[in-house]
Amino acid sequence: MSNKGIPVLAALAAIGFVVTIYLVFTYAPLVEDPVLMFNQKIFYYHVAHAFMLFLATAVCGVCSLVFLKTRKPKYDDLALASAEVAAMFGAVVLATGMIWAKAAWDIWWVWEKRLTMSLLLWLVLVGYVLVRRFAGSSADRLAAGLAAFGTVGIPFIYFMVDASDHHPKAGAGGVAATLPPEMKLVFWLSVLTFLLWCVALVMSRVQSARAERELREIRERGLDAGLFT
Amino acid sequence: MSVLRHAARVAWKDLRIELRSKEIVYTMAFFGALIVVVYSFAFPVKPDLVRAAVPGMLWVAIAFAGTVGLGRAFDRERENDTMRALLLAPIPRLAVFLGKAAAISLLVLLVALVCAPLLALLLDVDLFAMPAELLLLLVLGAIGFANVGSVFAATLLKVRSRDVLLPVILYPILIPLFVAGTSATEAMIAVKPDLDKLWYWIGFLGIYDAVFLVLSMWVFEALVIE
Repeated sequence: MSNKGIPVLAALAAIGFVVTIYLVFTYAPLVEDPVLMFNQKIFYYHVAHAFMLFLATAVCGVCSLVFLKTRKPKYDDLALASAEVAAMFGAVVLATGMIWAKAAWDIWWVWEKRLTMSLLLWLVLVGYVLVRRFAGSSADRLAAGLAAFGTVGIPFIYFMVDASDHHPKAGAGGVAATLPPEMKLVFWLSVLTFLLWCVALVMSRVQSARAERELREIRERGLDAGLFT
Repeated sequence: MSVLRHAARVAWKDLRIELRSKEIVYTMAFFGALIVVVYSFAFPVKPDLVRAAVPGMLWVAIAFAGTVGLGRAFDRERENDTMRALLLAPIPRLAVFLGKAAAISLLVLLVALVCAPLLALLLDVDLFAMPAELLLLLVLGAIGFANVGSVFAATLLKVRSRDVLLPVILYPILIPLFVAGTSATEAMIAVKPDLDKLWYWIGFLGIYDAVFLVLSMWVFEALVIE
């Protein structure tokens, strides 16, 4: 990955963000639903962030498994970067999801299927970040193990939530499927914007992770050679 | 089959140390009992309320006491640096993992078998309406807990803040296990036991155990290197 790509992606994401926010409020029609009305606008950010959450998590899980098998540090850097970015996107998903819940169902938190899944996924990601920060020299292995177990656990969380979903089915299910074309356009534009933003963040985090690692390696080599006594 | 024989030997070694000192068994079981007593003060003891809360109480007690015992079981290997000796031993690493996990699942099961009767006694709930199913459930829960727990406790062995990191890593992964255990227990002690639900969750737990056992066996060697 080259350094030059990051500013370009970030700039595109910035432009996209301005364009999307303009289109969200001027071009996309209001929903008919009397309760949701204007509140529905948060959907363009909420769902786009959720997509990025799952994308970054998938990247992290796959890279962690590959890292455990091959021990190539570049996969570890990528896993670390995408996990941190996923944790951030996850926080936004949960916050916007709660705002949506308050507006639509007048309650901050419901144990709705997707909310629960996002929460549990986010908990694994926060655990991952904590491990990275506090586990010292074996942090990379531990975190990779956590990511691998967390990824394998996702289907279980899905079936678990599916079977114990005794709360009223939330109304969000129908929203995404039956969008009018104007909304669909704005929605996918928003997804694209956040995809660019997500990739830019991951790339720059990979670079700083790689720089940290290389510095550490150089320092260790220096110590071995008897420097810094 | 030599892997299984070696695993049995590792497990027997752990159990024999435990039988001689009885340190983990006594402290874990007492800790579990304490949690149950704390529950009976923390929650109002009303029949319908207790029936709804007891499954959760049981599994949270298993989780807490299990984590304490797990940390201690691996601390023992750290104190004299015997984990390195175990890993250097001319047996497959897989056998070390399986043996450790088997010994720990027995300990966790023991704690569960202390907590369950105590809950039934102190909170007056008929937990033992289906003793065989309850035992099966507890065995599956103990295996799943010990399996995932051993992988991470072994990996955390050299980490300074292992005591706090162990639950931080373990609980998010184990949430499906605890939910399955709680839901199955709930179905078991309901006024009208819901057998379909019970067996759904027992099956769920069985698949959970199998999948994570395979995954653990696959990554244990990559995770636990000296």
